[in-house]
Amino acid sequence: MNSVQSIPVRVEGIKDEPYRTNNVGPILLQIEQALQDLQRNGTESIIDLGAMPFSARDEQELRARLGDGEVSATVEAFGPTLVQETTYPGVWLVEHQDADSRRLTLHIEVARVPSILMTSEADLADSLAALRRDNLSISDAPT
Amino acid sequence: MSDDKTLAERLRERGVSRRGFMKFCAATASMMALPPMMIPRIAAALEQASRPSVIWLSFQECTGCTESLTRSHAPTIEGLIFDHISLDYHHTLQAAAGDAAEHAREAAMEENRGKYLLVVDGSIPLKDDGIYSTIAGMTNLAMLKEVAAGAAAVISVGTCAAFGGLPKADPNPTGAAAVSEIITDKPIVNVSGCPPIPTVITGVLVHYLTFGRLPELDSLNRPKVFFGQTIHDRCYRRPFYERGQFADTFDDEGARKGWCLFKLGCKGPVTYNACATAKWNDGTSFPIESGHGCIGCSEPNFWDKGAFYQPLSSGIWGTPSALAAAAAAGAAIGLGSAALARNRQEKACKENDA
Repeated sequence: MNSVQSIPVRVEGIKDEPYRTNNVGPILLQIEQALQDLQRNGTESIIDLGAMPFSARDEQELRARLGDGEVSATVEAFGPTLVQETTYPGVWLVEHQDADSRRLTLHIEVARVPSILMTSEADLADSLAALRRDNLSISDAPT
Repeated sequence: MSDDKTLAERLRERGVSRRGFMKFCAATASMMALPPMMIPRIAAALEQASRPSVIWLSFQECTGCTESLTRSHAPTIEGLIFDHISLDYHHTLQAAAGDAAEHAREAAMEENRGKYLLVVDGSIPLKDDGIYSTIAGMTNLAMLKEVAAGAAAVISVGTCAAFGGLPKADPNPTGAAAVSEIITDKPIVNVSGCPPIPTVITGVLVHYLTFGRLPELDSLNRPKVFFGQTIHDRCYRRPFYERGQFADTFDDEGARKGWCLFKLGCKGPVTYNACATAKWNDGTSFPIESGHGCIGCSEPNFWDKGAFYQPLSSGIWGTPSALAAAAAAGAAIGLGSAALARNRQEKACKENDA
């Protein structure tokens, strides 16, 4: 008996029993409204699925309804962030995880490009300075 | 001591990129239940946030509150925030001792008068002029009054500082009192819990850094964002409560199947805290998930409210308003279960009377 896993106890109940909160429908309507706002006014929206009762079964159902689109990306910054476009262009699932790959947040982002993928102005300035510095060191190096 | 570096600069020094910082802000917004569209505002505020001076006083306590905050194994949001503050005085964590430690406290008070945050864990003994707990020859009472006088605000961390906690339990031999019973002219936030949830402690700090003021509070001065709902409201076992499925003992079929622990004394219906959502041990679980009912540790006088294993319906916890709230909450989803709870309550009351 060296680890907790070696203790033959199994918890049965609600965690194994799929249940739904009936929040998938309202969220889909909220996404529809957000998509309309994006198309008409360019207004971007984020829906935090952790801010409401939302079960694993709900998430499964929502993912099935939205499907996987053409783009997926992983950002490695302070732990991974998983970005998945849905079959509805402009509707993205963005999951932030910590350094141990545990979920921090699950967002639906309605935008042309999710904000986490955009290069910030501050990074652009740093990037240009770094490239100039590196280019200078190359040109200074003996040939 | 304080310096001029902002939180964003500190994070970048630690190798957290701009995207990492934005992610940190997204997680922070979610933690504080703020609308996601506030993320850019949080980012802008935190980018400019200077390093606040914090003086942490530990009085009649067990150090569990500090343990709660510092026992993180991975880089966490609470860890990053905790690293950002200028913790100028903390008995357990500081390297200095004796006169040097007290001088550090005095210097921080002088340098940041009117601006520093005072964090207190532990209750304050008042009996016999407070002689039951002293630090560097000063009673806790005298030190609290001295440091609070120059503080911008006071954060009472843990149920002992917030409500008196275990030291105040009957017969309260030291005359233990909560911070709010002594300091009446400063904004006070109570972050109760035995211990409190680390993200709740840092959530209050983040709110202060972001908005320059303390968060909205409930009637017991607890941040509403974390204490606005009962454990029961967000409990994953609640569907069983609604269906009237309860564990009667810790080893019966109901317990094995993860049914509701109400009859085993769970105080979730009358306890306001974020355990069911924020969870413990780096998000692993919370007591009910481990098979034990909530003991109500974030509520005032929880030690003196009867046995942990007596159901609410038969004990001192069951104030009419609290039980009415529990019944109303149940009724919102299933009237039958509320009626069932009432029946059990009436039956238990009759049994008690008998």
